[in-house]
Amino acid sequence: MASIEVEGLSVRYGEVVAVDGIDLVAEAGSVLALLGPNGAGKTSTVEALEGYRPRSAGMVRVLGLDPARDHAALTRRVGVMLQRGGVYPGMGPAEALGLFASYYRHPLDPATLLGRLGLARVARTPWRRLSGGEQQRLSLGLALVGRPEVVFLDEPTAGVDPEGRQVIRSVVAGLRDEGVCVVLTTHQLEEVERLADRVVIVDRGRVVADATPAELVTATAGHSIRFGAPPGIDTAGLGAALGAGAVEAEPGEYEVATAPTPAAIAALTAWLAERDLPLADLRAGRERLEDVFLRLIADGRSGGGG
Amino acid sequence: MRALVAQSAAELRLTLRRGESVLLTLAIPVGLLAFFSEVHVLPLPAGVHRPVQYLAPGILALAVMSTSMVSLGIATGFERQYLVLKRLGATPLGRPRLLAAKTLAVLALELVQTGVLVGVAAALGWNPGGDPAAAAGAVVLATAAFAGIGLTMAGALRAEVTLAAANGLYLVLLLVGGMVFPLSHLPGGLATVARALPSAALSGALHSSLTGGGPGGGIESWVVLAAWAVGAPLVAALGFRWE
Repeated sequence: MASIEVEGLSVRYGEVVAVDGIDLVAEAGSVLALLGPNGAGKTSTVEALEGYRPRSAGMVRVLGLDPARDHAALTRRVGVMLQRGGVYPGMGPAEALGLFASYYRHPLDPATLLGRLGLARVARTPWRRLSGGEQQRLSLGLALVGRPEVVFLDEPTAGVDPEGRQVIRSVVAGLRDEGVCVVLTTHQLEEVERLADRVVIVDRGRVVADATPAELVTATAGHSIRFGAPPGIDTAGLGAALGAGAVEAEPGEYEVATAPTPAAIAALTAWLAERDLPLADLRAGRERLEDVFLRLIADGRSGGGG
Repeated sequence: MRALVAQSAAELRLTLRRGESVLLTLAIPVGLLAFFSEVHVLPLPAGVHRPVQYLAPGILALAVMSTSMVSLGIATGFERQYLVLKRLGATPLGRPRLLAAKTLAVLALELVQTGVLVGVAAALGWNPGGDPAAAAGAVVLATAAFAGIGLTMAGALRAEVTLAAANGLYLVLLLVGGMVFPLSHLPGGLATVARALPSAALSGALHSSLTGGGPGGGIESWVVLAAWAVGAPLVAALGFRWE
């Protein structure tokens, strides 16, 4: 049984449809990233899984239970990190972790957790005086102190410095290794590439892609060669030589619509050499996830009628 | 059980850590009691000769109101705004235990206040009499009533608005509550309205139970208190938005 199963989930706020028929599956010991622009429906989806939002349609199972009906039973097995806040402003990390530990039957040791999160130095500093990164790490700790089997992290690294991001990433990787099912929302692509086993791209309440990060990149990569050269070269002549369309996307930035095979690259460099044109840079490898993401969002909007 | 004890202790610690709540719940009541007991400027009801005899029950009523309405309401309003209440909803603590913990913390602070105020009043020459059990009953009813008012604001208004409204209401209820100024010295219409409010009902019940038939409100105070003790929490529960 998967830790999380969602079929046809819809969430409405009055007339506004925030989530419009989403399907998801997440297994134990895996990290699922929900990726999408602001307002895509990521938080509404996660809050329906946490039991905060009533769903207007669809089936949701977390550890085989219904988050709306079996909320009390799930609170013992699920950890939640809200996008912001959630901690008494006058309470320091040690006190907050100790208090939350008292809610659970077999909690983690708060002192150990403080060390793991790099918060030992500020253990007694009230939450309102912690930096953004320290607040996020404390929120993460509060989600973990009850030894959850499923963890929901809403934008865990938003506003976090690089060092804190490193801590959060290593904790999330540790959770996966311990068999925890982690669901995180983000709009940072770097996060997805580093952390996620599976990425679901959401836009306007719908799933526009569901794959591993590597699949997403390879399935869509390798259809063009991009290079930099002096502006104004003869793209028609180049296209004819390579047997594919060539365009100057921006002054000095060119794109040839052909797979980056060694032969195509050799023909390109030979064509430039004949004309004594310098080659500034050449990108023929895998497409960056960011390009894939932007293209999928654009395709979804033009095709789906939004 | 462990969670309830830990949560109650945390609620109490947080209250005592906030300077403004210590000022409101301890410093102001003690200050008013000591000042007006020694500086004889207040009008006194008929039959009372020393200010402390009138002030001690009234200031106890004020202390109960400051803790259960103002301090609880403001703290809960900010907890709602900072999404603490929302976050706690995703833990096994649960709403019934959270409410129980807040109740226990309020009652504990009221015990501390009572100890301090009775001590100060005794030092100023107060001789409590009457029926302490009846006084305790009035305090419990009033705590439910005031907590209902405070939580009604906390659950519906922005935290800053709750802060202002609770403090404003505190001042109004103090002035027309028979806590410092006797109701008999208010204009007739205002006194009638005041008698229907929980503050005058509590101070009336405490005056009559602690001074053995002093200027209390008699049975009327208890009816008013009981009505607020049922009605206000009901309104709070119906209108409370957790996030």
